[in-house]
Amino acid sequence: MIEAVDQHLISAVQAGLPIAARPYAVIGERLGLSEQEVIERLARLRAQGLIKRWGVVVKHRQLGYRANAMIVMDVPDDRVGDVGALLSQQACVNLCYQRPRQGEVWPYNLYCMIHGKSREVVLEQWAELRHACALTAYGYEVLFSRRCFKQRGALYSLRAESSKSAQSVTGQAQPGQAVFEMHSG
Amino acid sequence: MVMDSADKAIVNRLQQGFPICDSPFRRVAEELGLTESDLLARVQAMLDEGVLSRFGPMYHAEQMGGALTLAALKVPEPRFDEVAEIVNAFPEVAHNYARNHSLNMWFVLATENPEQISAVIGQIEAATGLTVYNMPKISEYYVGLQLEA
Repeated sequence: MIEAVDQHLISAVQAGLPIAARPYAVIGERLGLSEQEVIERLARLRAQGLIKRWGVVVKHRQLGYRANAMIVMDVPDDRVGDVGALLSQQACVNLCYQRPRQGEVWPYNLYCMIHGKSREVVLEQWAELRHACALTAYGYEVLFSRRCFKQRGALYSLRAESSKSAQSVTGQAQPGQAVFEMHSG
Repeated sequence: MVMDSADKAIVNRLQQGFPICDSPFRRVAEELGLTESDLLARVQAMLDEGVLSRFGPMYHAEQMGGALTLAALKVPEPRFDEVAEIVNAFPEVAHNYARNHSLNMWFVLATENPEQISAVIGQIEAATGLTVYNMPKISEYYVGLQLEA
């Protein structure tokens, strides 16, 4: 159960942090909290893992990243943790997840995303990565995105004094916005 | 907008997190060799220009009580646009991408609680007549810098 004050704080910074010299003081003024209390509460939410990351949402196409590949691999279950940890440290890998196989239809259990300036660049990066990370024995496929139909973040607003701690509010985010990290592309 | 080397350094630095202290922009500006006012102006300009779509915390969906999954469909090509329209109409569908594979439609579902994931999958299967392959994450491997500017 998230404390009501923290729920208000999470809602207040949902749309983004004020771009001001004392941003936490600005938030505090809105909520009737001191700057110090805002800082302490946000630091605690981050330490608890409710705030997963504190940073920016970059529109990758704006930075010239036009090719988006989801690379899927079939890695033995006893190796997948090590391979995932190694891949996630590579500069070109944007996201890395283990997911369940789907029998004959889909034998792949490790996913990583590579955003590149072109498909050729992504394929070169992947070829280098396969050798550098000793992945050549594993089956894989490279799935490029052809079209992005829908891209929005899931915005969550919090209800105080509720048995459910979160409620999704949909359709409010701008294209390219992701409040949670949940990119499929 | 044309990003100069300072803008790129800012984007790369901010993707790695942001200080929670009384003057966080000043601290980041010092790291980057900028003045606080220059950093504030540049971040604001990149938000205004759409290079950055948001600057703030990313919450952990599961710890907030919500649920996420990645799911895929094998859509017969002639039905692709029709099925995309059906899938995109679900408010729980956050992202939807066409990909070059027989599993050719990949989307992310975000719901208020874990039970709703299977309910929405059932609704999508009923509405499309297709099998939804559900691929929830088992493990996530942490990546620091997401995109180098």
